[in-house]
Amino acid sequence: MKILLVAEYRDGNLLEGYRELLGFSSKINAETVMFLAGSADSLPDFGGTLYLADAAIYGEFNPAIHKGLLTEVVAKEQPDIVAFSHSSYGWDLAPRLACALKVPQISEVVDFKDSLPVVPVCNAKMRRTVKPTGSRYVLTLQAGAFPALEESGSTPEVVQIDGDYKTDITFSGYEEAEKGGVDLSKAEVIVSAGRGIGKPENVEIVSKLADKLGGEYGASRPVVDAEWVEHNRQVGTTGQTVSPKLYVACGISGAIQHLAGMKKSEFVVAINTDKDAPIGEVADVLVVADLQQFVPALVEKL
Amino acid sequence: MKILVCIKQVPDMESKFTIDGTWYNTSDLAWRMNEYDEYSVEQAVQVKEQVGDSDLTVLCIGPDRVKETMKKALAMGCDRGVHIVDDKAAQRDPWEIASMIAKFAGDKEFDLIFCGMQSQDRASAQVGIYVAEMLCIPSVSTIVDFQYDDANVTVKRELEGGVKALISTGTPALFTCQLGLNTPRYPTLPNIMKAKKKELLSLQADDFLEVTAAQETTEMFFPEKKGGGLVLEGDPAELADRLIQIIKEKTTVMG
Ligand SMILES: Cc1cc2nc3c(=O)[nH]c(=O)nc-3n(C[C@H](O)[C@H](O)[C@H](O)COP(=O)(O)OP(=O)(O)OC[C@H]3O[C@@H](n4cnc5c(N)ncnc54)[C@H](O)[C@@H]3O)c2cc1C
Repeated sequence: MKILLVAEYRDGNLLEGYRELLGFSSKINAETVMFLAGSADSLPDFGGTLYLADAAIYGEFNPAIHKGLLTEVVAKEQPDIVAFSHSSYGWDLAPRLACALKVPQISEVVDFKDSLPVVPVCNAKMRRTVKPTGSRYVLTLQAGAFPALEESGSTPEVVQIDGDYKTDITFSGYEEAEKGGVDLSKAEVIVSAGRGIGKPENVEIVSKLADKLGGEYGASRPVVDAEWVEHNRQVGTTGQTVSPKLYVACGISGAIQHLAGMKKSEFVVAINTDKDAPIGEVADVLVVADLQQFVPALVEKL
Repeated sequence: MKILVCIKQVPDMESKFTIDGTWYNTSDLAWRMNEYDEYSVEQAVQVKEQVGDSDLTVLCIGPDRVKETMKKALAMGCDRGVHIVDDKAAQRDPWEIASMIAKFAGDKEFDLIFCGMQSQDRASAQVGIYVAEMLCIPSVSTIVDFQYDDANVTVKRELEGGVKALISTGTPALFTCQLGLNTPRYPTLPNIMKAKKKELLSLQADDFLEVTAAQETTEMFFPEKKGGGLVLEGDPAELADRLIQIIKEKTTVMG
């Protein structure tokens, strides 16, 4: 079994996600090669062959070109699996490559069962095992699903890769996330409001509890998207990563993108009307209740 | 200008799911428009309102019940609906679904195509990009901002940590829409009435399906409950007392 891992590079830096890709390839015992559109100044901790496309020429984000370069590496190496992180770079490039190679793509793999990938269904409420047709396929791995390989201090054998591919978009730079306001990462207690709060007026129910517990209030994405709470209070992959002593999730279902931002919290309390909500998986205590009744009752007693 | 928006009908994620063979049981579920697609429909309607002279088609593949979801898109402002009738749509893989859409769109010269970045049930995030690749047009995924100006499109693509990539391209092009791209409108009663008179064409799946599935679901199951978390149920006031006790015992935050 041979696997081609696709590492990522952004704003002049190699991203750490490749360590989880390596963890995956070592778990399935595959012979491993890697591709990176990046720079020789920032190489992964990996002892095998690295196909390096110079980001100064081929761009950091340029899916049409990266796809072309990857097809060349695939032609050379003939891997059984091409693995990406299920990240903004990975979920964009993976289907383009799968389409070019005419092979299946399996998204957001969380496990491997009898050599077949397992993926989540319906906000992780269920899972399914997927069998690709043919012998080669592309997959993306859910962040955090496979433990990162320990540091080994290795240096790859770099093979420069070049090709003449055309782009069909113009990438003109990055816009930083909105900064300022609260720094949730320093709070010892965070009480977060999810869509289950139902209406903007109910943010107050949650912020009151945060006050009582001497902490800050946060929110899940829909609450921020609806502009009920400002973005710098959003917890999750596209918001902040927090690890308070106590995290209280009010009306939050527990989507993976939210969990990624709070699962390192020391103690998690979830308040949810749905006993089967995936937040239950990471909660030390799940209070099955309507937050509009329960949270004020709790505040009253504190 | 011709615009296409592709939508999917999905179960309400708070439903009580059961498994039937290799898929979830589709009877007794509440159905709604895939959340990501609400942003696509809204964006498509906004462009239509901006440019004036345009024709906006909403496409949905699925059994008869998807018409309800299509009516919502029509009430939000799409001009016409195309329903590809397919009772097996739920089990079709992204490759098959994308092929059907590309087959439909292939000869229609849409200037803009919008899809959700993923569906809430499968979450593969493949269909939109496949469609663009099959049609050989540019595509940008995961957009959180969209500006159209005389056949030039400038978008913001969302990355981890809330950072955005600034990207531009020409038309025709396809975009996959991320949560928060805009504020999807609620259909008003007059628009719901108007939508009833809009064209809703039914086409047969067999006429569009020219490929076979690239993958197959061999098993569906509930994940093992790993967390030994405590589940508290009952009277809110009593629950509050118990929770305070637990927080005092297990954490130092109330010390
Ligand atoms: C690329 C990407 C990045 C993302 N980044 C983030 C991110 O950074 N942060 C984030 O949070 N999400 C993020 N998301 C969105 C994520 O997938 C979910 O859609 C989101 O987390 C859901 O928020 P929620 O749990 O508040 O809402 P829902 O999933 O709608 O859940 C609401 C919950 O409230 C419960 N509820 C309803 N009424 C009540 C009541 N009266 N009392 C108690 N409980 C009630 C329901 O049972 C349900 O469990 C991202 C998604 C993508 C695709």
